[in-house]
Amino acid sequence: MAEFALPKNSKITEGKTWSLPPAKPGEERKVRKFRVYRWNQDDGKTPQVDTYEVDMNDCGPMVLDALIKIKNEIDPSLTFRRSCREGVCGSCAMNIDGGNTLACTKACEDIDGDVKIYPLPHMPVIKDLVPDLTNFYAQYASIKPWMQTQSPAPARERLQSAEERKKLDGLYECILCACCSTSCPSYWWNSDRYLGPAILLQAYRWIADSRDEMTGERLDNLEDPFRLYRCHTIMNCAQTCPKGLNPAQAIGEIKKLMVERRG
Amino acid sequence: MANVERPLSPHLQVYRWPVTMASSILHRATGVGLGIGTLLLTWWLVAAAAGPEYYAYVQMVLGSWLGRLVLFGFTWALFYHLLNGIRHLAWDAGYGYSLPVANRSAWLAIVGSVVLAVLAWIIAYAWK
Repeated sequence: MAEFALPKNSKITEGKTWSLPPAKPGEERKVRKFRVYRWNQDDGKTPQVDTYEVDMNDCGPMVLDALIKIKNEIDPSLTFRRSCREGVCGSCAMNIDGGNTLACTKACEDIDGDVKIYPLPHMPVIKDLVPDLTNFYAQYASIKPWMQTQSPAPARERLQSAEERKKLDGLYECILCACCSTSCPSYWWNSDRYLGPAILLQAYRWIADSRDEMTGERLDNLEDPFRLYRCHTIMNCAQTCPKGLNPAQAIGEIKKLMVERRG
Repeated sequence: MANVERPLSPHLQVYRWPVTMASSILHRATGVGLGIGTLLLTWWLVAAAAGPEYYAYVQMVLGSWLGRLVLFGFTWALFYHLLNGIRHLAWDAGYGYSLPVANRSAWLAIVGSVVLAVLAWIIAYAWK
């Protein structure tokens, strides 16, 4: 049965407020409040939300710019993942303003009021905005995300027509940031057995690939009341994907193939 | 790393609901509601078989202000589950996954079910 409330050790309380020092004479400021989820395993406290004041006149436009500024200039203990800062690595996935997205491609300007930042939802927290993605990666490995063939390797590469290649559009762009999976209520309640939108989109990416020769086995692996069929087309995945992909549709295609092969 | 009791990050507590999420949970809720409503219907039929006195009693309960409100909810649940069921039918056939279409059809099912329920009751009262 789904547990809708947070466990006792996960309840959030109000944390510290980090105010800006008084403005120098003649200094023009555009102050924005960032409310950020904090937790570490050392101080024995339950999670807290700290408030940081940032002068947006002296800060880059994206949420990640503000987080880096906070870490550099206000509170070096603030912990988050980041790498490419241009929406291709997926490291800085987090819950911003009530939706999952990449901090590096989310503009502060597009958010009304205080900027609220939490880790990806319904995940074990390692520290602050860093969730434990071990289960997510194990589920990814379970779908064997590489090309599998039985026919002997040709002298050159395995060819694909332009139409066959087109079937991978909207799938290959996935960067595995986990925004979609952690936005999905079905994944929240059943992540131990349901693969979730990201992994199922990846599974379909290999099913749809004309060069892959293990389609039957891949479908067999997904034919399960939980692994595939916990998707109830809630569509949070497509609503939240920072790359504009549609995992719900990919899952729908897998379900269709399941019916078609039954004949 | 070992033996650390990690907190669970907030989910329902912080997530902003897209309309498709609301329409999905409404589908589940109206499904449960229809189950209970069917029990109500069965109760009414059993009462009819049990004799005029008991039937009059059940009619009184269901015809009361509260009874009618529950019956209106039952009617709305029926229409909502029907309309949203059509969305699921389209999805199963591979249609209606794009965001604009999914958002519009969600609103259509929500608003449409209220309109149909009110309409059904207007017709029912006019008929009486």
